[in-house]
Order: sequence, then structure tokens, then C-alpha cells
Amino acid sequence: MIRKIWKSTVMTAILLFLYLPILVLAVYSFTDASNIGAIRGFSLQNYVTLFTTPELVRMILGTIVLALSSAAIATVLGTLGAIGSFYSKKGMASAITTMNQIPVVNADVVTGFSICILLVVVLGVSKDTFIPLAAGHVTLCAPFVFLSVIPKLKQMDSSIYEAALDLGASPFTALVKVVIPQIMPGIVSGFALAVTLSLDDYFVATYTKPATFDTISTYVVNATKGAQTTIKTALWALSTVLFLAVALTVAVMNVRAEKRSREGNGV
Amino acid sequence: MNSFKFSRKVLGIPYAVFLLVFVAAPLAVLLYFAFTNGQGQFTAENLTGFFTDPNTLGTLFYSFGIAVVTTAVCLLLAYPAAYILASGRWKAKSVLIMLFIIPMWINFSLRITALKEILTWLEGNLAYHPFLNTVIGMTYDFLPFMILPIYTAISRLDGALLEAARDLGAGEAQAFLKVTLPLSVPGIISGVSMVFLPAMTNYVVLDMLYNSTYIMGSLIGSYFAAYNWHGGSMIALILLAIICLFTLFTSGMEEENVRGGTLL
Repeated sequence: MIRKIWKSTVMTAILLFLYLPILVLAVYSFTDASNIGAIRGFSLQNYVTLFTTPELVRMILGTIVLALSSAAIATVLGTLGAIGSFYSKKGMASAITTMNQIPVVNADVVTGFSICILLVVVLGVSKDTFIPLAAGHVTLCAPFVFLSVIPKLKQMDSSIYEAALDLGASPFTALVKVVIPQIMPGIVSGFALAVTLSLDDYFVATYTKPATFDTISTYVVNATKGAQTTIKTALWALSTVLFLAVALTVAVMNVRAEKRSREGNGV
Repeated sequence: MNSFKFSRKVLGIPYAVFLLVFVAAPLAVLLYFAFTNGQGQFTAENLTGFFTDPNTLGTLFYSFGIAVVTTAVCLLLAYPAAYILASGRWKAKSVLIMLFIIPMWINFSLRITALKEILTWLEGNLAYHPFLNTVIGMTYDFLPFMILPIYTAISRLDGALLEAARDLGAGEAQAFLKVTLPLSVPGIISGVSMVFLPAMTNYVVLDMLYNSTYIMGSLIGSYFAAYNWHGGSMIALILLAIICLFTLFTSGMEEENVRGGTLL
């Protein structure tokens, strides 16, 4: 009994540490207080500011567009790379796998800075073209797509592909109709991972983004240093909205995964 | 005859080229910049400069200290949490696991903003306790990345091993020390590498909490701001060397990479 209480206490304490700041901020986002601790009245002003200030709306939409597009490119590249290297000779495959591992273990500061040096300083590509930013985010994400597709290829039953060829399918048709569907779960989770990595990135973006463009991370980091209260409290609202969105997504994915495993064909 | 024969190997070429251009080439350029000066002449000045300047050297040791303490604190908090989560009979285990994954998916800058507001309310000026607040901030940011790999390692553990240990007369503590702990080492190593390296380089946490930039990663930032590509490249290269050493040391002993919550 005492054991059980002790276990629950440790669990609760850790969860409180992780969630209390976000929850307190969520409560205060619905007031007109400009500092935590002050007791003020209910207000939706922060949410109004968040969704009507052009600067904030542009920053949020820009971050989402960047995340979706670089994740899409990364997913195509990473998936093709995984299929290609899986069927390549050993030397080629290990060369790709090794290079793939570099951005995974490397610090994002180094990844961002090195891409900036190559593209902006050496090749003279302007940051305003968004090319360095997109290249940086694809470099950040694609290796993780690669890593989530490879295990699915390894689990795949290779005789189905051969059967398709024997039955007259061209290699390309067999690839599209047989291989891709079998590795789909890996592609989907790779894409999801790529989106979250891009959304969360600060370092690559700082070194490669155009001066007039901001992602949520770069904007928030600059805003916390500034003294503009309305923007600061509007970001509390953003944090709350994002928290709810993430919680909802994770809950839905979890329910679906559970359903699938109950039906007996787990991921 | 078909002049082009489709083969699956060909599919790997775009990605191989992409990796060469955006991963290998930038590092080669980094290496070149680190060992040259503004006139393009070879020089080791950037390297010797780093190791003779008390400021950069101090930053190296300070951020090493921060990383060690943060990793230790994360491990001390995460191990019991992961152990309890994996071994306890929880009614809503999947919900609990979800609760540890969600923070990984929320934008870190917004989470640090939340933490900053709370800490400011509790302490007043955060700059009075820089080391403490850095460790709190980084622990808050990185803790889930330590919990999940350890949780995976412990929950994969074969329960029969523990039963066997108990049958053979081991006490509960002994069974834990001789069975559970050694078998969870891959999870620990994986967690440590997910926390230690970011803790050395993630200067935004400090920057946001109390506008300090006294950590390895921020040196790159300051050279970047001053358009000093050569000095910045050297710092990046030194960081890269540290990362390589660390990876060599831990490779082959880890759980699979769990960055970003791939566990889901």
C-alpha cells in the first residue's frame, strides 16, 4: 500500500514538473494579467491579438507551411533513399547510412551553421530565396524519415515483390503496388516526425532564414527578450492552442493505434 | 532494346546526391574555413586561439559542467519515473506514456517561455542563480528524452529473468541491482546521449531565461553575428569533434534513436 502511494507520488511529481508551467500559462492566457501571480479578470484578449495581429498570423502560417513542405520533400527523398540503399550493394548502402547518421547525431547548431557557410557564404545564395532555409530543414528531417522507413523494408516479405514480377508486373509497378504499401506505416511516421522536427527547430532556422521571415521558435525567442507585453501574453495563448492541438493529435493517434492492435495487425 | 532499365538501386541516387551536397560538402567547407583566415591562407590560428583564449576555454568547461549536471539530474529524475512506469500496474498506462511524449512535441521555445514565467514569479530576477536556472531549464526541456529510452529498455526486459532471480534467492534490491539495472544500461546510454549533447549546445535555453550566452553553442552564434566565419567554423568543428568522440564511445550500446518521440 505504502509502496503504491510512493510510486504514485513520484509519478505525479514528475508530471507536475513537466506540465505545471504550461497549465499555469494556459490559465493566465484567459486573463488580462501581464504577469503570472497577479489575480485579474477573465479575458479573451490574448486570443484576439493572436489571431488578428498580421505579424503573428504570418509567423504561424509561415512556420506551418515551412514544416509541411520541407517534411514532404524530406519524406520523398528519405523514402527513395531508404529503398535505394536497401537494394544497393553493401558499400553504397553503408556510405548512405553513414552520411545519413551525421545530421542525426550532429548538433543542430553545427548543421545550420555549416549549411549557411556553404550556401550563403561560399555559393552566395541569398537567404531571401528561402533556399538555404528549405535545404536546412530538409537536411534536418530527411535522415529521420530514412531511419523510420528502413526497419519496415527489413520486415517486408521480399517474396511478394518477386511474385508480382513473376506475374508480369514491371519493376516500377511492383514497387508502387507492392513495396510502397508495405512500408507505408514507416513513411507516415517519418513524415509526422519530420513535421515535428521542423516545427521545433530553432538553430537551423536562425542561421538560414531570411531576415524578414520568422518561425514560431525564432519569433518566440526574440519576443521573450523584448518588453512588448501584448505580444508576450498573446504567445501564452499560442502556447495553449499548440498544447491542445498536440494533446488532441497524440490522443487520436493513440486511440487509432490501440484499435489497430486490438484488430490484431499491430504496427 | 530498352536503353534504360529501371532498377530499385537507382532510387537511392537522388538521396545520395542530396546527402553529399547538404551534409558532406558543408562539413568539408567547415573544415576548410576553420583552418584558413580571411585571405584564404592556411592557418592553425583559429585552433590555437580557441585553446589559449581564457574566454572560449572557460565557456567550454562551463558548458561541459552544465551538460554533466543536467544529464545527472535528468537521469536521477528519469530512472525512477521510467522504472515505476514500466514495472507498475497502471490502469491507464498508455495515457501515462502519452503524457511523457506530449512535451516532446510542443515547441520548446513556448515551453521555456512558460517555465520562465513560473520561475520569475518564484525567484524574481533569474540572473541571480544562473547555473541553477540553466539546469532547471534544460532538465525541463530534455527530461522526456531521458525517460522514454529508459522506459523502453525496462519494459522490454523479460519478466522471467526477475522471477528466476527471486527463485534463486535474490532479494528485491539484489534482483534490481543484478538484473534490471544492467539490462537497462542501453536505455540509459541512449538517454544520456539525447540529453548530454543538446545540453552542451542548446544556448537558447539560457538566452531565453536570463539573456546569457555563456555556453559552447552560443560561441558559434556570436561569431555568426560578427560575420566571423573562420572562428565560427572552428568552434563548430570542435563541437563536432566532441560529438564524434561521444558517439564513438556510445555507439552500439544504445536503444534506437527516440528523438522527437518516434516511439509512438
